[in-house]
Amino acid sequence: MKLTLKIWRQQDAKSKGKMVKYNLDNVDEDMSFLEMLDILNEGLIEKGEEPVEFDHDCREGICGTCSLQINGRPHGPDRKITVCQLHMRSFKNGDTITIEPWRAKAFPVIKDLIVDRSAFDRIQQAGGYISVGTSGNPVDANAIPVEKEMADQSFNAATCIGCGACVAACKNASAMLFTSAKVSQFALLPQGQVEAAERVQNMVKQMDLEGFGNCTNTGACEIECPKGISLENIARMNREYLFASVKG
Amino acid sequence: MSGMLKSSILRKVVMALSGLFLVSFLLLHFSINLSSVIDPELFNQWSHFMGYNPLVQYVAQPILIAGVIVHFVMGFILEAQNRAARGKGYVQYKGSANAPWVSRNMLLSGGVVLAFLALHFYDFWVHEMTYKYVDALPEDPARYYEETVAKFVPMWRTVIYMISFFLLALHLWHGFASSFQSMGINNKYTPALVKFAKFYAIVIPGGFAFIALYHHLNHLAH
Ligand code: SF4
Ligand code: FES
Repeated sequence: MKLTLKIWRQQDAKSKGKMVKYNLDNVDEDMSFLEMLDILNEGLIEKGEEPVEFDHDCREGICGTCSLQINGRPHGPDRKITVCQLHMRSFKNGDTITIEPWRAKAFPVIKDLIVDRSAFDRIQQAGGYISVGTSGNPVDANAIPVEKEMADQSFNAATCIGCGACVAACKNASAMLFTSAKVSQFALLPQGQVEAAERVQNMVKQMDLEGFGNCTNTGACEIECPKGISLENIARMNREYLFASVKG
Repeated sequence: MSGMLKSSILRKVVMALSGLFLVSFLLLHFSINLSSVIDPELFNQWSHFMGYNPLVQYVAQPILIAGVIVHFVMGFILEAQNRAARGKGYVQYKGSANAPWVSRNMLLSGGVVLAFLALHFYDFWVHEMTYKYVDALPEDPARYYEETVAKFVPMWRTVIYMISFFLLALHLWHGFASSFQSMGINNKYTPALVKFAKFYAIVIPGGFAFIALYHHLNHLAH
């Protein structure tokens, strides 16, 4: 099929950037979206032009690296998948596809479609861990009984791949879904209780410092999240945060 | 409030609590208004009580005004911060694909309700203050019904009130249910709670609109 692509091109973090139009023939509907971009780039390189820079790594939906706003939606039109899992059969011959980087003040563009998501790393570093003494005789984690339902919910929260689609989708560029998933995965387990209050306070503080917006419960993040992280996590984080604040 | 302003979650809680307070006030206001349709005498009694009871006048009324101010000032602060958080915007952004219109346009619905409140204050509160303190007229427990009904004689005011009630309904449709999530309440009772909130969002503004229209039509009929 034939496609018209409108892609955000930006030389580096400081330059202004603009949308550039490309025409692509012979796109196969069985190609993945990223393969389609690979073909575009091969053509550009052959012509001596600079290829379009975009983030990708595993190409199987597990690493969270790929990050494109496609036709106004993060990871494109399909639900619960990443861009690398999106296929060209989701588009029609003759379509014009707009491709942009995630937009958030906390995710500055590095080049073309690549944004700096280290804000997420800093949120994680602020409390997304448990401290375990490894000297002496640490208790085996498996020796602590965990209710099945709690373990499942914690695991679901832990499936967040840190892609940033929640921020990209949210009209407020809020990082609540990501942060709440990272808070919840520990809040639901006995191992996470020791540092629970500090964790939620520090992670929320870092999230606010990074300049993400305030959640207004529109639910866009939950719809666009490739891993189906639910809004219940945000409520849990709000709860944890309020209790931690009241306890002082 | 400065400590609260630092935390995004506490800002939301302030928004939720002030919102819930205003939601509960609406029910009281609605009950009094409804009495104007049922029994003018009852309406006069209620109105006189609200207008002259010192507890209502000097405690409840300032709290209510503070609630309104906190809610809309915080709303504007949140909106400004949220716009800044996006930075450079998208060329194409399909907000309708993942979030309902009402949830994305709380500024619009809230802004209209706020503008309405200015008119509503002018219509009733300023009138009351002038009556009581500027003209210093004597208490007259029987004047309220006639005064209120007279307000709904002009078509333009009735229409503005009805439009405002519609936007109030949209605002409540998202805001009421959303306040629970902001306070961390999301459990097995939530679907029922959300249903109730949406029911309330239709019935209360709908009721207000009905009362305004009732008085307008009632006048036309006579
Ligand atoms: S919550 Fe979902 S959308 Fe947000 S970073 Fe995690 S996986 Fe991506
Ligand atoms: S490249 Fe790893 S999730 Fe898409």
